Amino acid sequence: MITMENVCKSYKVAKRNAGFKAACKAFFHREYEIINALSDVSFTINDGEMVGYIGPNGAGKSSTIKILSGILTPDSGTVLVDGRIPYQDRINHVSNIGVVFGQRSQLWWDVPVIDSFELLRDIYSIPGNLYKNNVEELTELLGLQELLRSPARQLSLGQRMRCEIAASLIHSPKILFLDEPTIGLDAVSKIAVREFIKKQNELHGTTVILTTHDMQDIEALSKRIILVGKGKILLDGSLEEIKKGNANIDETVAELYRSFEI
Amino acid sequence: MVIRMERLKHGLKLYCHYVSISIKSMMQYKTSFFLTALGQFLVSFNVFLGIHFMFLRFHTVNGFTYSEVLLCFSIVLLEFSVAEMIARGFDTFSQMVRTGSFDTILVRPRNEILQVLGSKFELTRIGRMLQATIVFLYAVLHCNVGWNFAKVMTVIFMIVGGTAVFSGLFTVYAAFCFFTLDGLEFMNVFTDGAREFGKYPIGIYGKKMLLFTTFVIPYALVQYYPLLYLTNRTDDVINILIPLCAVFFLIPCYAFWKFGVRHYKSSGS
Repeated sequence: MITMENVCKSYKVAKRNAGFKAACKAFFHREYEIINALSDVSFTINDGEMVGYIGPNGAGKSSTIKILSGILTPDSGTVLVDGRIPYQDRINHVSNIGVVFGQRSQLWWDVPVIDSFELLRDIYSIPGNLYKNNVEELTELLGLQELLRSPARQLSLGQRMRCEIAASLIHSPKILFLDEPTIGLDAVSKIAVREFIKKQNELHGTTVILTTHDMQDIEALSKRIILVGKGKILLDGSLEEIKKGNANIDETVAELYRSFEI
Repeated sequence: MVIRMERLKHGLKLYCHYVSISIKSMMQYKTSFFLTALGQFLVSFNVFLGIHFMFLRFHTVNGFTYSEVLLCFSIVLLEFSVAEMIARGFDTFSQMVRTGSFDTILVRPRNEILQVLGSKFELTRIGRMLQATIVFLYAVLHCNVGWNFAKVMTVIFMIVGGTAVFSGLFTVYAAFCFFTLDGLEFMNVFTDGAREFGKYPIGIYGKKMLLFTTFVIPYALVQYYPLLYLTNRTDDVINILIPLCAVFFLIPCYAFWKFGVRHYKSSGS
């Protein structure tokens, strides 16, 4: 179970105008602006749930994922994931979660993917049998047979993303965080990734928290959505509740964004 | 205690696995590997020539003979290159912090330092290492140390302690990145700089310098004091063990690193 209560997080961002002169000025006197990435965010997610976490760019989605995965420390508020405080008990916490950053590779760039998997086996101390079973299962479900022996840098984006997802699940985590997993993928890969995530949830009861701008992802995967804007939770409910009749999901969400002025 | 040993063993095994991945990666770029190693070798060879030519004109520096200075220099160089091989991964660490790829490290259930160093193992420094070993062997054969068990142990302790000091400095260097988001060139004064002025026994730089390098950044513990023992300038056996004290320097360095990690801000997206 994941709970966040009254979580706040702010960043100090340096600002300056364009141009060399402004850069020189900023070198001596820097103007900062405090950005409230999260203000007073609270929610609870139960085991086995699939939740779509949506909002416009800069709404605080990634900050939430980073706090939940123990990368960032919140300014205030309490965070509990399976009874642990992620940023305090980092090592125990992260051995039970899997994280995919759509924008950032976790594979070793120059070596075949299978070498990365083997290193992950040692990092997570996965017992030999479990590792073998997991690799077999993931290879089959994600169609990795041909990819495992190529270096990550020579894979296409879609192929690499499939390997990234496999890498994040190799230690059978109970919770999976996906930060824009379908960004830049073609239709075939997108569908493959969605199908896989769905199956993972059904087979193993993995809790999935997914941030995305692709509303089809949400429609295909999650019953529950949490909408954030300007660091606040604006809406927490089921997809059906929001959708008016047979309106297109993209239009529905655009309408939502407009109504909240975010 | 047993659990601790077990964890240490596991950590070492993991580090070796990381290193093997690094080596596999480097082997993908053969030419670059050989050229860098050759470059490293030539750079430190320059330093060696510098000492050599100086001693063609002067025969002693503050009472230390050519072969004694050479012994001193070669030990420092060896310490530095071992530390570099292990900990120079921190050199590119600022990039890791700036681009946010340190995130990936934090979501894995292992010590962060082990992962950072493992991911950037520098085999190319083998050039410097080779150089250091050659000079070291030459110095050992040519100086009148009168080797015995205690002196051999002294040298081993010097290398252990010195590697710790330089590794600690590299760690501090990396921890600064959490605050400045950029590597600090000035830190090189303490690392590369120390290697350069560590060519000569620290005592020749005067009293203030000796105090600084005894109590602040403990170079003197791994260089000057044990060297006095090696070159028979003192009989005090405490000098054998002094270099090991330098290992404690790692404690504040590690604490500073931990402090830095807590300030990690990640990057956008």
